[in-house]
Amino acid sequence: MSEILNFHFQVDGNDFTSAGQASIQIKKILRRLGLDPEIIRRVSIAMYEGEINMVIHAHGGEADVNVYEDHIEIILKDNGPGIKDIEQAMQEGFSTAPDQIRSLGFGAGMGLPNMKRYTDDMKIESEVGVGTTVTMCVNL
Amino acid sequence: MTVYELSQNSQFNVLTMPEPERVINGAYVGDLLSWVMGKAQYDNIWITIMSNINVVAVASLSDVSCVLLAEDVTLDSEVLNTAKEKGINILSTPLAAYEAAITISGMI
Repeated sequence: MSEILNFHFQVDGNDFTSAGQASIQIKKILRRLGLDPEIIRRVSIAMYEGEINMVIHAHGGEADVNVYEDHIEIILKDNGPGIKDIEQAMQEGFSTAPDQIRSLGFGAGMGLPNMKRYTDDMKIESEVGVGTTVTMCVNL
Repeated sequence: MTVYELSQNSQFNVLTMPEPERVINGAYVGDLLSWVMGKAQYDNIWITIMSNINVVAVASLSDVSCVLLAEDVTLDSEVLNTAKEKGINILSTPLAAYEAAITISGMI
């Protein structure tokens, strides 16, 4: 079987200004692996949007990135409030982000749509009051 | 046109320019960060009036060649230092986003 590289990150939910540390770290790692810049861009933006969501809505969580021979898998897991209506959350422009987040330029309702746009496959498992797990896949 | 070449125009001021040879192939104007990440292209110059710390992360992840702060928007020293560290070029201009975009368009 092909070798799998795993990278694990804790996403700190208390510090909005440092959100993105894991994605920027992943970007560096993928660059070192010599991957195509457009693939790196897609993976790191999708992951950043997920990270931001975990900070805004779920007090942080955990991120895992697995690099396989033919694809990259990103798993974001939180114990936040969950998503009541996933279909509605996926609509461009729909947002439940608070005002202070919007004043920073986030909360435009483009996070989940961007994650879908930049990945080849995305799965959301969510239970209200329990948490959300988003699994994304980018083919190499 | 490179970021350095743009910086030679007196209407554009360098706040930090760690990667002067990055090429500018077009522009994207926007202040909503997810829109920028969804739409800006590799090597675009990103024109915005947003100047908080998240701008640096968005610029880095979107791989834009430069951030241009329109209307003389200023930056905190903390944001500036982070941009330097991450290799993000940031310029400012007294021009509004529209004027800045057409000026840059004429130079590319």
